[in-house]
Amino acid sequence: MPIATPGTPGDGPGVTMAVGIDLHQMFGLHFMVNAYRAGTIVAVVAGAVGWFMVLRRQSFAGHTLAVVSFPGAAGAVWLGLSATVGYFAGSIAAAVVIALVPRSSSGRAHSQESAVIGTVQAFALACGVLFVSLYGGFLDGVTGPLFGTFLGISDGQVVTLGAAAVVVLAVLAALGRPLFFATVDADVAGGRRVPVRGLSVAFLLLLGCTAAEVSQITGALLVFALLVMPAAAAQQLTARPAVSFLVTIGLAVAVTWLSLGAAFFSVYPVGFYVSTFGFTVYVAAAGWRALSERMQARPPRRSPAPSAPPSGAPSGLTAGA
Amino acid sequence: MRPVRPVRPVGSASAAVAGPVRRAVRFDGAAVRLGGRTIWSNVDLEVGPGEFVAVLGPNGVGKSTLIKAMLGIQPLSEGRVTVLGRPPGGSGKDIGYLPQRRNFDPNLRVRGIDIVRLGIDGDRWGLPFPGGASLFAGSRAARQRVDEVLELVGATSFARRPIGRVSGGEQQRLLIAQALVHNPKMLLLDEPLDSLDLPNQSAIAGLVSGLSDEYGITVLIVAHDVNPILSYLDRVVYVARGGTVSGPPEQVITSETLSALYETPIEVLRTSDGRMVVVGQPEAPAHHADRHTGHPR
Repeated sequence: MPIATPGTPGDGPGVTMAVGIDLHQMFGLHFMVNAYRAGTIVAVVAGAVGWFMVLRRQSFAGHTLAVVSFPGAAGAVWLGLSATVGYFAGSIAAAVVIALVPRSSSGRAHSQESAVIGTVQAFALACGVLFVSLYGGFLDGVTGPLFGTFLGISDGQVVTLGAAAVVVLAVLAALGRPLFFATVDADVAGGRRVPVRGLSVAFLLLLGCTAAEVSQITGALLVFALLVMPAAAAQQLTARPAVSFLVTIGLAVAVTWLSLGAAFFSVYPVGFYVSTFGFTVYVAAAGWRALSERMQARPPRRSPAPSAPPSGAPSGLTAGA
Repeated sequence: MRPVRPVRPVGSASAAVAGPVRRAVRFDGAAVRLGGRTIWSNVDLEVGPGEFVAVLGPNGVGKSTLIKAMLGIQPLSEGRVTVLGRPPGGSGKDIGYLPQRRNFDPNLRVRGIDIVRLGIDGDRWGLPFPGGASLFAGSRAARQRVDEVLELVGATSFARRPIGRVSGGEQQRLLIAQALVHNPKMLLLDEPLDSLDLPNQSAIAGLVSGLSDEYGITVLIVAHDVNPILSYLDRVVYVARGGTVSGPPEQVITSETLSALYETPIEVLRTSDGRMVVVGQPEAPAHHADRHTGHPR
């Protein structure tokens, strides 16, 4: 298990007493600076892609792509390659497999898709376990890829993550509007010659890259924390697409920064903190929405004088009025 | 009597002179086969510009396929279609399409106004620039157009609520706004009245008919209940297993024709003020016609 201890034991419980000094000390460590760099990159990508994923109801696919990055990484390490390469290879290969499943707007194809995804996921996990035991079979080899680590992120890894992030974000920016159209309204988008199927495949590939990125920080099993929770929380908070998109990214970055700090000053893995903070944010957002909807549902305070009804009166509208 | 409709600038007379190019829709010996099954064949059909046309017929007979063939989503296995003088799929923004009833997920956290806005530029690559309305004239015009159309369909008051949280009739108004927002020359509406209550059915039918009259938009409306739209129609297309029958409502909507098409006894009655009511049509509640009396036209 990755254990991060503060530099000097004499600090004791001084986290709250001397935050400035502690932070200074933390950022004096190169691996922590790299952790923050990588974490920020990953959070931005996860927020942006996760927002679309939640809107597209493809969380299960996203989860699987992340899980598949585990055997990818384990296999790469076993073969003596870089784990980063393995993460990407695993997730992108799985994205291609899922993309090959015919998907239409009808419910049938969806259930077909989830069956295939489940099958791929189970097989991938099994492969991962095999690779780990082929490599050495000790538990520490598993906790990193599965539950996250922020130790020992090299400069080269940060550059790789950054480059992949730039590519993913650029493609997402190019596809953004038609992807949104195809997501919320596939039939009409198809009628307007938006390549709905092509966009779906492209998005799965983006999701694969993103899952591979996020897995390297939160671990394969906790990718959801960054991929789903900020987006789900932001979509609870507002129904304005542009706003919730930006809020998602903001939440993802905030959760990541807090988690890395918390993990540095404690003995628990960073994935735990990311998930816990993400969960807290989601619960708070859902609670806030439930509360505000209840407030709205109350009989409004407006005066009961029914003057000229608004033009949107449900049934009063007539043609050419 | 059917209400008098305004004379259209591009009526049947001028269309006949200008030839087939002036037809809004033209099917020539068209057929669609899916998985070895013939959906329909020998379809010959012409729709003039600005006409309000109902596509009627029993379930599963390929009414939606007819619409999809016009959009180019469903390729023909035989024959030819031209839409607004072009091959199907070539007319892009000139066609407003409302697919068969979509129920938005109640948890979809996207506002109605955003769905409508997609009708303008949803097919354009890239991302909308945040705050674009205050910077770019095009973006400002688009926003104005959205507001205008929302007003036109009477959706302004609920357009800013999440679309999953408004009623079926309200969703339908928003979707019609989406189909209209890019100034189409033709509207293809697939069962827009399905699963709406009676006041909403007649309100939507009246709204669409008014748009057709006022802006000269050609409207094809798929329905399995003809009564809510009967008084507005210029032409009826019946799709049945053999092919299609089309013509003015007075000629096509007769007890004999309908009974033969639906293979079940159907009566066409006339009310005391001369309007027709179709009785016995499958899945059609019988007494809708009285809803139209309140419509100033």
